Amino acid sequence: MFNYAVKRVLQLIPVLLLISILVFSLVYAIPGDPARMLAPPDASDEEIDRIAERLGLHRPLPVQYADWFVGVLQGDWGNSISWGRPVLPDLLRRLPATLQLAALSVLFSVGVAIPVGVLSATRQNSFIDSISRVASLLGLSMPNFWVGMMLILLFALHLRLLPASGRRGFEYLILPAITLGTSGMATIMRVTRSTMLEVIRQDYVRTARSKGLPERVVIYKHTLRNALIAVITVIGLQMGFRLGGTVVIERVFAYPGLGQLAYQGMMHRDTPMIMGNLMLFATMFCLINLVVDLIYAFVDPRIRYG
Amino acid sequence: MAERISQSDIEVIETESVSLWRKSFRRLLKNRTAVMGAILLVGIILISIFAPVVATHSPTEQSLRNQLRPPSSEHYFGTDDLGRDVFSRVVHGSRISLMVGVGVMALRGLIGITVGMLAGFIGGRTDHILMRISDAVISFPGILLALAIMAIWGAGLVNVIIALSVVGWPQFARLVRAEVLSLREREYVEAARGLGLSDVGIMIRHIFPNILPLIIVYASLTISAPIVSEAALSFLGLGIQPPDVSWGRMLSGAQRYMRVAWWMATIPGLAITVTVLSFNLLGDGLRDALDPRMN
Repeated sequence: MFNYAVKRVLQLIPVLLLISILVFSLVYAIPGDPARMLAPPDASDEEIDRIAERLGLHRPLPVQYADWFVGVLQGDWGNSISWGRPVLPDLLRRLPATLQLAALSVLFSVGVAIPVGVLSATRQNSFIDSISRVASLLGLSMPNFWVGMMLILLFALHLRLLPASGRRGFEYLILPAITLGTSGMATIMRVTRSTMLEVIRQDYVRTARSKGLPERVVIYKHTLRNALIAVITVIGLQMGFRLGGTVVIERVFAYPGLGQLAYQGMMHRDTPMIMGNLMLFATMFCLINLVVDLIYAFVDPRIRYG
Repeated sequence: MAERISQSDIEVIETESVSLWRKSFRRLLKNRTAVMGAILLVGIILISIFAPVVATHSPTEQSLRNQLRPPSSEHYFGTDDLGRDVFSRVVHGSRISLMVGVGVMALRGLIGITVGMLAGFIGGRTDHILMRISDAVISFPGILLALAIMAIWGAGLVNVIIALSVVGWPQFARLVRAEVLSLREREYVEAARGLGLSDVGIMIRHIFPNILPLIIVYASLTISAPIVSEAALSFLGLGIQPPDVSWGRMLSGAQRYMRVAWWMATIPGLAITVTVLSFNLLGDGLRDALDPRMN
């Protein structure tokens, strides 16, 4: 297990390196004038020249990249153009809010999807099954930010039960987390149902039943546990989508997280801020995948030794 | 052994594959939900083609006397804050959504199939490099990378299509690569090689037709994603720009009037949902019909 973990961590290095090259090229290696990108929108030609001079933009690209990347490793992620202060501390300050939102949305997706998926599989073609299948189809078809708008319309504006924007307590997290979790919930529900149906037909489940084990034990101990691997895979695969979703959903709910910061950076073409966000989100994604892989290896020994 | 298979044998295999297509089509027609999806989709396509005829008003004409009117027989879906007819705007908005969906899938397919076939067929270092690049691209949340590209390149329809293709090709490439790897060693590929066909010839004549069903299933299952992404980009103001009408942009404008004009926030979202739903229903049906293995 330890060897596998070390190997898996080492594999991260080339991917993170490539990610940094992509982020760098997005701004520096595209046709056009990077100095103009890095300057405030109303900068004069002389100012742009000065910026190019100061940042050493006349040097060969690989040299510029190496310089930038060393800075990134040392924690110097550049200064925001809009605010004129370092990007990294701002990013890190906003990080917990977004992680909280993402975590709660996973909790919501899993908390609803697994019980409903199990019910749906054990009572195939029942009323509950039909409802859950229609719900998951709808959940996959509605754009998440629109779900958010509809929740605001219903729960905040009409029923006045929950706040529509901000972050001043737990109740402020409920609607955004449901919004962010809806499509994930739909997918997990589908996967739980279909893998449960598959596992239920396996020989060892028939054996468990025929030796007279109670149905509850058969379902939860023999079937669900084996179906969970597929569910964990899906949760892992969804994380990228979920993290990206925060950018849109934090905007809908005026939720002060990383996504809002990314959005403001984009609107002002604040390139150091955009690059910082891309680096941070991609790194988070890789780390989450690492954790998912380690969980796998823990749950399924075949992976460790394979 | 491989040399003994002649060109005519290969043709026999190919005519069999034609009837396979017909069989799949019949399977698809028996699937009620898929047929429903197809009917919905045909309806949406017709609406988008005949948008100027279907629409009752101009989608862009403003009327300061008719601001924020609720749905009525004059304005089926009411009017927005500038007095524009929401029904006509939703009808015209279907054009952008379908264009983005089809355009992005075509471009993703072009990049993904090319990269996937090269990686799978050539293998070795080429494969390694191409797959690491696709790993890196996949590591970014798609919508975030697309937003960054839009912020740097500027908003507009063409950039939306390019940005969403750039972020989405790796999944396509991985799928094609995996399939090519399993087909590469089949007897009929060996036979074709034995007959002296070049690598490019084998890829085009023998591998491509065999991965085509998979590509169709994958494309139909995922075509709704760029439609939703475009709506999100436009919602955030970095997608489609006026005078083009986009459902996402309509929703963005509706946010400020949620309290007084529920129709502005509800209708365009329903339009997106129905469009995505019809693609999803049809996609599920195609998967079951063309590739029972994927079920």
